[in-house]
Amino acid sequence: MLDTVNPLFEFLLRQGDNTLILGHRTSEWCGVGPALEEDIALANTALDLIGQTQLWLDYAAEVEGKGRSTNDLAFLRDAYAFRNILMLEVPNEDFGRTLMRQFLFDAFQVPWLTLLQDSTDQRVSDIAVKSLKEALYHLERSRGTVISLGDGTEESNRRMQQALSFLWPYSGEVFCDDEIDYAMAKVKVAPLPSEIRSIWLETVEGAFNLAYLIKPEGDFAHSGGRAGVRHTEHLGHMLATMQVLQRSYPGAKW
Amino acid sequence: MVVYCDTNTKQIWDWLDTIPDPEIPVISIVDLGVVRDVDIERGAVKVTITPTYSGCPAMGVIAMDIDTELAKHGIKNLELKTQISPAWTTDWLSEKGRSRLERYGIAPPQAAGGPSRCPRCRSEKVEKISQFGSTACKAQWRCKECLEPFDYFKCI
Repeated sequence: MLDTVNPLFEFLLRQGDNTLILGHRTSEWCGVGPALEEDIALANTALDLIGQTQLWLDYAAEVEGKGRSTNDLAFLRDAYAFRNILMLEVPNEDFGRTLMRQFLFDAFQVPWLTLLQDSTDQRVSDIAVKSLKEALYHLERSRGTVISLGDGTEESNRRMQQALSFLWPYSGEVFCDDEIDYAMAKVKVAPLPSEIRSIWLETVEGAFNLAYLIKPEGDFAHSGGRAGVRHTEHLGHMLATMQVLQRSYPGAKW
Repeated sequence: MVVYCDTNTKQIWDWLDTIPDPEIPVISIVDLGVVRDVDIERGAVKVTITPTYSGCPAMGVIAMDIDTELAKHGIKNLELKTQISPAWTTDWLSEKGRSRLERYGIAPPQAAGGPSRCPRCRSEKVEKISQFGSTACKAQWRCKECLEPFDYFKCI
């Protein structure tokens, strides 16, 4: 695999695609949030994620060096060229599942970006420092909301438990080290993702206890998104919406 | 064409200080700490800016406003650079900016993580409504004394 791909490019796509796909999913709430404050919070979170995407994909485009722009990477790649984890592309379903997913992701992103600050790659380190400030803020909100909804009414607890049960088998993919991760760890651009699983577990288990939610059994993880070998059927539908403008009017600007 | 001596970046800073932030027009982009550096090199003016939040939609407008304002003063040779490191922090808000924010009804950022008082009635009895607000850099709070909701400039 490493003979045919540039591991740094792949690594950067994974970072940027995670924030892009979650950013777009989150933006789907714009205008239809359950309350005005939540609608605004979701839109702001999406905005931060898309901003971070720009930083990652700007660098990815430079590293690739094939003349593709940041926008080309975001809007002109097909599903199998995306490197995001599957958890981020599944549909929002309801507000509870959206926030549960955000929490599972934020709980990973905070320790991950914290370690990326020490990357030997200065640009990766700079992006991590900038993104971490926003991720910390996101985690504060997503953790708080998961706890409030879990420890809320019977209905809200039931739906949060349902969301957790659905998302749990998707939450492990991010920790499955592969050749790209080994290559990045070797040159100290990034740590191995598996190294932060215990920190992540501590964060999520702590919140589940306060939220009266039961952590599902099992460590099985749906995977394939990070490597680009398998995506859910949902990604293509999402891209159809996200990319339609650039596909129909190539190069359109405003 | 105005005459400016090669080292006079002070004048450029003063001009930039007249450019209002597109989303919070009571403070300037200099007050906000978005302008990081001004340099003059062989007749070219170099201005370095940094985004408050990575997705701040105002950056494009800020760049355009800088271009327009400096062109008014005869500066045609402008190089605009965006940098993300060091990452923007609310510590860079000027004192002038902080007091203008409060006068406008936006509580300035506090290290404690919440506003010290209501920007309208000065009561210290305030509570959070939402961690996010009308722009990426603000949160929504409410005064329990005068009952008015108000914006709080998030501390990051």
